[in-house]
Formats: sequence, structure tokens, C-alpha cells
Amino acid sequence: MGKVILEVRELTTKYVTRFREDVYAVDHVSLKVEEGKSLGIAGESGCGKSTLALSLMGYYFPPLHYISGDIIIDGKNISGMKPDDVRKSILGREIAYIPQAAMNALNPTQKVIHFIEDVVQAHDPTKSKKDIYEMARALFESVGLPASVLQKYPVELSGGMKQRTVIAVAVILGPKVLIADEPSSALDVTSQKMVIKMLRDLMESGFIKAMIFITHELPLLYNVTDDIMVMYAGQIVEKGTAREAVFDPLHPYAKGLMGSIIVPEEGLRSAKLTAIPGVPPNLKKPPAGCRFADRCKYVRPECRVTSIAMREVGEGRMYRCVMSEKELREAYQNG
Amino acid sequence: MAKREQICLEARGLTKVFGFGRNKTVAVDHVDLTLYEGEVVSIVGESGSGKTTLAKILLGLINETEGEVYFQGQKRDIRSYRQKQEYWKNIQAIFQDPFSSYNIFNKIDSVLLDCIHMRGGRRLPYEKKVELMAEACRFVNLKFEELTNKYPFELSGGQMQRLMIARIFLLKPRILVADEPTSMIDACSRATILDMLMQLRNEIGMTVIFITHDIGLAYYVSDTVYIMERGRFVESGSADKVILTPSHPYTKRLISDVPKIYEEWDLSTV
Ligand SMILES: Nc1ncnc2c1ncn2[C@@H]1O[C@H](COP(=O)(O)OP(=O)(O)OP(=O)(O)O)[C@@H](O)[C@H]1O
Ligand SMILES: Nc1ncnc2c1ncn2[C@@H]1O[C@H](COP(=O)(O)OP(=O)(O)O)[C@@H](O)[C@H]1O
Ligand code: SF4
Ligand SMILES: [Mg+2]
Ligand SMILES: [Mg+2]
Repeated sequence: MGKVILEVRELTTKYVTRFREDVYAVDHVSLKVEEGKSLGIAGESGCGKSTLALSLMGYYFPPLHYISGDIIIDGKNISGMKPDDVRKSILGREIAYIPQAAMNALNPTQKVIHFIEDVVQAHDPTKSKKDIYEMARALFESVGLPASVLQKYPVELSGGMKQRTVIAVAVILGPKVLIADEPSSALDVTSQKMVIKMLRDLMESGFIKAMIFITHELPLLYNVTDDIMVMYAGQIVEKGTAREAVFDPLHPYAKGLMGSIIVPEEGLRSAKLTAIPGVPPNLKKPPAGCRFADRCKYVRPECRVTSIAMREVGEGRMYRCVMSEKELREAYQNG
Repeated sequence: MAKREQICLEARGLTKVFGFGRNKTVAVDHVDLTLYEGEVVSIVGESGSGKTTLAKILLGLINETEGEVYFQGQKRDIRSYRQKQEYWKNIQAIFQDPFSSYNIFNKIDSVLLDCIHMRGGRRLPYEKKVELMAEACRFVNLKFEELTNKYPFELSGGQMQRLMIARIFLLKPRILVADEPTSMIDACSRATILDMLMQLRNEIGMTVIFITHDIGLAYYVSDTVYIMERGRFVESGSADKVILTPSHPYTKRLISDVPKIYEEWDLSTV
């Protein structure tokens, strides 16, 4: 087993809305990412993927609030730190984050090099512009981005180029962990592939040590990450290797997700997509028992009584269901 | 698979030019398309390839610069508003971003009521109209009672697309143009939306033009696929032929750039 770069234990966070209602979007989430590895997070819209990404940075501001749990980056627990200290010494250095739709949020009146100067000087005011330029040029060239991009404004860049630039700016300080939230979902397939190639290059060169990649597109996750976690209504319901999660899922929801995969490969046309009926529960008042119960075709009375624990099956493989592995496999075999 | 017997819609040399001089964009460039009664045809291309522009011409929402459209064997003439209204009884659309195609200040019941009126149901008793609207909502798994008095922007993306399918259920057009109907919703709800669309198509025997940048999706839903690059069709044919044995380099690239689960995704080719 490699060195653990990111470890999260039972992290729970919530939003407090304008009407003072609590929304439990991240509920007792635990995960571990080793050096050189990447972890994918899948799940449908609203299940809490983006909130988890935000929560992992340990930097909370309303409406998001920390409730409990630990975030340990390379041996250092950051969950008790003051927001100001997190901002100064953790963000960008230890952990970097690319928000969903970040590329559309770039200030259009600044050149790319100015974003980078801002990021670097916030951490090290003594660094000269010339040094920063050299640092940026080296990074850009190592990931196949022309240095001329540094002198451009965001509007002058195509979607794919803009997204790769956003990633380069985010990792300029060489963070240990990169969290990328749907970094390629709005792009054409060819630009998407270039973004993925860039992330892989950053990992392979050791420039970043671990990555968390979020998307609802399973074929993409399967190709990008080593492990996959499936999230449902704020909780992790399945965790395993990418291969296990895609070809041999255990949790009924994860199983359902696999039925929604669409790829241009032979056999797809005859394989009928399986839609999961119904909608996820309201996170303001999640059900007491299994959160998937209302949509699960295997639901039994005991599913609705109390919260369901994770079951461990084999190394690093887990799922959250009252049914045993054997029962589930039998159920799937019988359709 | 539909029997390719009766031609339903045909385009010959369709061209659309925006702007002029240095700002000239040929968005659609001499495109020929033949649509048979009952089939599902996909138009696949990357962003900016001209798919939406072509869809808008076929729908009669913008004028072509050049070329002709034939509807059921006749050259289409929709110069007057009355002619357009008549044409739109036959061809309808679902758009990528449903919020942009609707007057968001129209309540949901009035969106559905309009459809009944378009089909000549203006004089029906109100209870009958409610019955029809409730039936359409049931078809897409929405509760009519919960929708009355709501505005479209109060719905989630998936609910909104279902409402759009309910509209089509009431309008029963011969042809449906679906422009990226699932690109704003997640993979999970996508299967639900596709199911509903295909069920509706079987029920009322519609011909469907499906527009998407997702070649896997096109493969899944369609009989015939057209590949569009910079305003032109570069390849077309049966879905199996185009996807499993592509011949144009652009088609090959689109297919090879999509992440797959059985074949390896080769990152060295970017
Ligand atoms: N600012 C906020 N205030 C209150 N609730 C919020 C806020 N942002 C998100 N939520 C709620 O938190 C839950 C999780 O949202 P989140 O954005 O993390 O989901 P997601 O899985 O990333 O979805 P998507 O794929 O649509 O972005 C949802 O129920 C959402 O409505
Ligand atoms: N109203 C318009 N004015 C000028 N150019 C336009 C207009 N609409 C579309 N275009 C251009 O036409 C081309 C095709 O656009 P579009 O039909 O929207 O493609 P797609 O739907 O495949 O993304 C693009 O180059 C786009 O910039
Ligand atoms: S706990 Fe019960 S309801 Fe939940 S997934 Fe398992 S069988 Fe289905
Ligand atoms: Mg999100
Ligand atoms: Mg479009």
C-alpha cells in the first residue's frame, strides 16, 4: 500500500438556507487516496458531489458549514484550522480545487499571466514577476500549452484551451491534491480528451500527487480514475476499483447507474438502457433508513428503520445496503 | 427500424450564411437531407458545426439563404404567418435549454393549454382540457396538480424536459426536432428522458430528428446518422454502418475521442 496523501474520516457538512433550513449534502463521508492515485466520484445531479469537493478543502463560508469529521492531507489534519490559516497555507499549496464551470468565471479583463501573479504573490509576495513568468512558462510547456497563452485574455481562448489554462493556474503552486469538479463536461470530445491528457500528465510527472475527479459520466470516470465512489443523497453508497464499480457494482443504485451508460460500441443498440424510476429524497429531511429505499426494487421493511451501515467486502471495497453480497448477486442474476 | 417508403421531409442544397465580408459565417453549407416517415435520424457534430442552425431552418424559425425544403412532396411555402402556423402543426421541437425557448413568465398550465388550443381544442369544456393536460403529465411521470400555478423555472432540468415531452404528447406533430434534449441533464435522468421520447414516438408514430454532439447517444437512438462538420454533412448512413465502420476521418476522430468501456481510450492521439 502506498503512502496516503488524502484521508477523510466521517466528514459531515451542511448548508443553512436563507430560511434557516439545514440541507445535509455531505453525510459521514470517508475516503482515502494514495500517492499517485486518483479517485472518481459519480452520482446524479444534486447528490452532493460539488458540496463534497468544496468541503474537502476545509475552507468553509456561509451557507456551507462544517459539522464534524477530519481531513488529513499528507499527515496533517486541517479540519480544526481557522479559515484564514486554511486560505493562507493550505489552498493552492496542499489542495487545489477547480470548481464546476470555473472556466466561465474567469475575469475577462485580466491576462492569464496576471491570474498567475495573483495566485503566486498571495503566497509569496517577494517573488518577482520575472520568476513567476518563468515558473508559469515551464509549467505550461510541460503540459503542452503554448507560452503565448500567458499573454492572452480569457475571451481569446477556445473552450478547451481555457479549461486547460484554468487547470494550470490552479496547480501553479504544485499542490499535493487536485480536486476537479466536472472539468470537461461542457467541452467537445476532442477538447475533453486534451483536458484528461493534461491531468494525467500532471499526475505522471508527480506535479500533483493525488486527484479527485467528479463527473456523472461513468465511461469517463472509468477511463480516468483508479477508484470510483458512488454518491447518493449525500452519502457514499459504493466504493471500489473503477473496474468493480463499472462492471460489477453491488449497491442497487450503483447497479442502476451502470444501466444508463451510453457508449458508441457494438452491443449498445441491443442493450436497453435502464432508467431508475423516481427522484432522490429531499436532503432537508432525509429518510431515517436507506435513502434509496423509495426507488429500490429490492426494498424490505428493515431498510426503512435506521441508517444503513457500510459493509466491507475485500480490500477497499464497500457498499451500503442491508443485503449481503451473495443476496445481491442472486437478485441481479434473476433480473 | 422504419421502412424507408414515404419521404416525409427533404432538404436540397440548404445553406445559411450569417453576416458578410470579414464577419461572414457559412453556418450551413449546401446540405441535402432525406427524412423518411417514422424514422429517427440523428445529426451529430461538435459545437459550432451548424446543427442548431439547420434545425431552425427545418423548423421554419429562420430563413435559409439558399436551397429548398420539401414537406410531404411539396415545396414548402411558409411566407405568411398563417402558413407558418399550419406548418407548425406538423413539426415541433424540444430544445437543449428549455428555459431559453419558453416565455418563463407563462405558468406551466398555460404552456400546456396552448398546445391544446393549437390542436384546435379551444372550444373544449375546461374539465376536458384539464383531463387532457393531466393525461400528458401522467405520460411523463409528472403530477398535474403539483404543476398548476408554477412557473417553468421552478422545475429541475429533468422535470422541465419532461414537461417539454408532455407538450409534444399534446401537440402530436408528424415530425419532432429534438436539439440536445439531454445535454443539460445528468446521465442518470438521461435514460428516463430517452425512454419517454422513444415511447412517445412509437405511440404517435412520429418521425424524429435528433441533434446531438454525443455520438454514442446518436448510435443508441437512431436508424440513420448524419455527421456534420463545419456546416457540411461529411458522412451519412445507417447507424450501424456509420458508427461501426466509419469511413470519413472526422467521424473516425469523433468516435475515437469518446471514452469507452470495452475498448481502450487512446490518449496518445491528442
Ligand atoms: N448554496 C446552497 N444553499 C442551500 N442548498 C444548497 C446550496 N448549494 C447546493 N445546495 C443543495 O445541496 C445538495 C447538493 O448540491 P451539489 O451542488 O453539491 O450537487 P451536485 O451533485 O454537484 O449536483 P450538480 O451535478 O447538479 O452540480 C442539493 O440538494 C442542493 O440543492
Ligand atoms: N445569429 C447568428 N449570428 C451569427 N453567427 C451565428 C448565429 N447563429 C449561429 N452562428 C454561427 O453559426 C455557426 C453554427 O452555429 P450553431 O448552428 O449554433 O451550431 P451548433 O448548434 O452545432 O453548436 C457557428 O459558427 C456560430 O457562431
Ligand atoms: S438497503 Fe434496502 S432499499 Fe436500500 S439499497 Fe439495499 S435493498 Fe435497496
Ligand atoms: Mg455539481
Ligand atoms: Mg446547438
